[in-house]
Amino acid sequence: MEIQKNHSAYLDPILERHAHRATDLLQILRAAQEHFGWLHPEAIDHLTRRLGVPRAKIEGMASFYAFLHLQPAGRYRVLFSDNITDRMLGSAALRERMCRNLWIEPGKVSEDGLVSVDTTSCTGMCDQGPALLVNGMAVTRLDAQRVDAICDLIRNQAPLAAWPTEYFRVVDNIRRSDLLLNPGFIPGAALTAARQRGGQGLLHEIKASGLRGRGGAGFATAAKWEACRDAAGEAHYVVCNADEGEPGTFKDRVLLARHADEVFEGMTLCAYVIGARKGLLYLRGEYRYLLDHLDRMLARRRENHLLGASILGQPGFDFDIEIHVGAGAYICGEESALIESLEGKRGTPRNRPPYPVTHGYLDQPTAVNNVETFVATCHIALAGGAWYAGIGAAQSSGTKLLSVSGDCARPGIYEYPFGISVRQVLDDCGAADTQAVQVGGPSGTTLATHEFDRLIAFEDVPTAGAFMVFDIRRDMFEVARNFVHFFAHESCGFCTPCRVGTSLLRNLMDKLHNGQGSPHDFHEIEKLDRILLSASHCGLGHTACNPVLDTIAKFRPAYELRLQQRRFVPAFDLDRSLQTARQMTGRDDGATHLHDEGSVR
Amino acid sequence: MTAHDATRPAPPPAGAPERKPKLATVSLAGCFGCHMSFLDIDERLFTLIEHVTFDRSPFTDKKEVGECDIGLIEGGVCNAENVQILREFRQHCKILVALGACAINGGLPAQRNSIPLSSLLQAVYYSSPRLPHGGIPDDAELPLLLDKVHPIHEVVKVDYFIPGCPPSADAIWSVLRDLLAGRAPVLGHGMLHYD
Amino acid sequence: MSKTFTLDDKRIPFEDGQTILQAALAASVYIPHLCYHPDLEPHGSCKLCTVKVGGRQTAACTLRAAEGMAVESDTGEINAQRLALVQMLFVEGNHFCPSCEQSGDCRLQATAYQLGMLSPHFDHFFPNRPVDASHPDFLLDFNRCILCSLCVRASREVDGKNVFALAGRGLKTHLIVNAPSGKLGDTDFGGADKAAHVCPVGVILPKRRGFAVPIGERTFDKSSIADYVASRHGKRGGEK
Repeated sequence: MEIQKNHSAYLDPILERHAHRATDLLQILRAAQEHFGWLHPEAIDHLTRRLGVPRAKIEGMASFYAFLHLQPAGRYRVLFSDNITDRMLGSAALRERMCRNLWIEPGKVSEDGLVSVDTTSCTGMCDQGPALLVNGMAVTRLDAQRVDAICDLIRNQAPLAAWPTEYFRVVDNIRRSDLLLNPGFIPGAALTAARQRGGQGLLHEIKASGLRGRGGAGFATAAKWEACRDAAGEAHYVVCNADEGEPGTFKDRVLLARHADEVFEGMTLCAYVIGARKGLLYLRGEYRYLLDHLDRMLARRRENHLLGASILGQPGFDFDIEIHVGAGAYICGEESALIESLEGKRGTPRNRPPYPVTHGYLDQPTAVNNVETFVATCHIALAGGAWYAGIGAAQSSGTKLLSVSGDCARPGIYEYPFGISVRQVLDDCGAADTQAVQVGGPSGTTLATHEFDRLIAFEDVPTAGAFMVFDIRRDMFEVARNFVHFFAHESCGFCTPCRVGTSLLRNLMDKLHNGQGSPHDFHEIEKLDRILLSASHCGLGHTACNPVLDTIAKFRPAYELRLQQRRFVPAFDLDRSLQTARQMTGRDDGATHLHDEGSVR
Repeated sequence: MTAHDATRPAPPPAGAPERKPKLATVSLAGCFGCHMSFLDIDERLFTLIEHVTFDRSPFTDKKEVGECDIGLIEGGVCNAENVQILREFRQHCKILVALGACAINGGLPAQRNSIPLSSLLQAVYYSSPRLPHGGIPDDAELPLLLDKVHPIHEVVKVDYFIPGCPPSADAIWSVLRDLLAGRAPVLGHGMLHYD
Repeated sequence: MSKTFTLDDKRIPFEDGQTILQAALAASVYIPHLCYHPDLEPHGSCKLCTVKVGGRQTAACTLRAAEGMAVESDTGEINAQRLALVQMLFVEGNHFCPSCEQSGDCRLQATAYQLGMLSPHFDHFFPNRPVDASHPDFLLDFNRCILCSLCVRASREVDGKNVFALAGRGLKTHLIVNAPSGKLGDTDFGGADKAAHVCPVGVILPKRRGFAVPIGERTFDKSSIADYVASRHGKRGGEK
């Protein structure tokens, strides 16, 4: 590790760029870490002095985010995406291969401080996995050969810039396009159309379109914008939620890569309606590789008078967009947690009400919408609400982007009018022998074969976009267990039921996995599900039990297979917990072993 | 329930059995404090003995547990022998009761759980200034320590719990009376404490 | 005061802006809670005060009372859930009551008594949480921390010191101290701080005063937490 005592040398320019705003703390820490590799205590001293933020607050904040490090984490920090789809593509074996190859233990930094290898939640590359992040940059399509080559690059200490660019290539995999993904959008066209209608006129069109939020909850976009516009405040804010963290979802990645103009223009339309001068796009840390591209797009829009002062030459229509990059926290996809994170805090969901439309960013009225929602508003501004309302299903107008991954021939992005059947999607993506589809990610719904005629729509199966396919070779218990691990890892820790309950649930699922499950444990799982569902603070806890409830209801044999014990047995291996004592006493006689209960006496 | 009530004989169990129920007790990783508190039921012991037969227990010095109706377990599970005995009790007792803080959450012995067992043995047998540094005993008579001390409900299914360090004689008596009468025991206010 | 809502079978008057918990306590009706303190902003994290309103569960400490609301609190279903939450707190930390100076005065323990907790039920996590004895007058025993953040909020909102903060995430969430060393002895924490007097469990303890009150005479030896809290609210206008 490079010895650099003078932390102010790199911190001061970062602080300058952020105008010493304590609310930008997360961005400042990210930038500091990109420079130095980790957050040195002396760097925190410096930030404490310059920002007037207590160091415990900085440490408390930094330790919340998986991608920030308060201790050296290796000059190469490798994180394997641990979604079920990565696992199905063999990620676990590749990770072991890398650890073996580099002579390191998973989760630990090598003794020379060179490298660490660990797992992270889904990185949004399910259509081209297995994937990993190295120092925050996405590497796709891993195989044994690529893993070995990466090990060589790390051992030779090759800078990331010298790695083959092919490793970092992210393809869009657009398999079916409709109105959002079709090319031909002319930057500024939607704004021009909107200006002809006026803010109220645009709002009217969006209302007429029936557009509902694409983040999954489906709140009416026009109602949100109107409530935000009408809320009193010193300033109004537009926030684009690009923290696409739901495992199995990657459609925002493609929209940001291909259709960033529409995303930014949609935000600008919102600003026009609600009277905002500032917009923030919260980009998930896993998509850090898109940042330069997005910054260039923003710069171009400024040059073209589509952002900045007097947009389209209209005096007083001033609006600009800042990009904030997340740092590995699924919970920040929850809008109030996202706002906390934008304010440089731990991403803990707020108590609601009040809602962000009245008390959002910096306690001001804030409209938070999904990437896809903003893109849709551009097309509504251009072609009108009535046209849009005619597309899709009765209570779900328009189209929906699905991120299709898992057991199918053609994973990627599929855009359909709402109301498409699950079966049709399966046919289109080349899925065979499908036994289940996880729609909406771990927090969504597990559908079994008898439900494949159900429709993707708010009135039937709502989704933010994830569509993970599992064929008959897959063990649906293991799928649910992967999701339960995900929730335990991503629980923010604020409320008791989710903080403790998700970990208890994880341990019980592991107990079943290890062959120690009995009907008693099954009963406990059901009890925890009920508590999570009813007592948790936010959607994460409420939905953390969904994959378990669904798979129990629809794939019960997968559980019964796991209930190998008729009577209660411990969750830990009794014989293994005597191992240390055996080693230290040098004994190995009969009395030093504990076998399972059947063999007692 | 008042102390006065508690001194009254237990009501005969419904449909009085032909033989007296059998009661077994044991202390695992405990200090026998719960057993001492058991003895504090004082003259009620005479009532109890009219209604139960003691099987394995420090009171009988019987070393093997037979088929029993009620087993009282004091102490947590800290070594291999504890596990064996606890399993035997579970196999032979219709009703298993965790008696006292250590059986319920590991108690004082479990406060070693934050220290790795290897460091613990090193510290005690190699670096402690108060002990001869003769190495870690390997006598086959000594049960091996588990990595962690566990409450008994983490090792076997437990039917009832009597918290306290120790549980009061009144609490123990109350639970036994309820169990002998075929009722689910309830610890009323004042009898429920963890210290 | 004319507005009221019903809490189980009782009619509870309230003033605009009061939460269900505040109004209930002002009317001397107990709803279990651990992370709420009348002098600090409601937080809503422990979820012990979860009640049912219109069929939905919600934290009573953060939900504002409204005219005609029908609130269920003291029901078998809700108390069973509260019991499970308390049991979660017991297995999350290292709660060894017999060796804790706060035993008998501890709100976690008293709430567990109130809910009839006989065992922690779940498997223990037995986390490793070293104590901090660096301060001349106070001991920090993190083993007992339930992450209610009362000390964090008191130090920030009342003392203006920010001595404490929460760090980590999920089950790894833990309390930290605002000093480069991470030690309380290196902060300006003092006995006059509000934060020194809000811990509901036995994390922040004055030194040289352990076990001063004999068993039988401690706060919750003498009365249940329900009676204690109800009697201290309402008439006096605040829990102290």
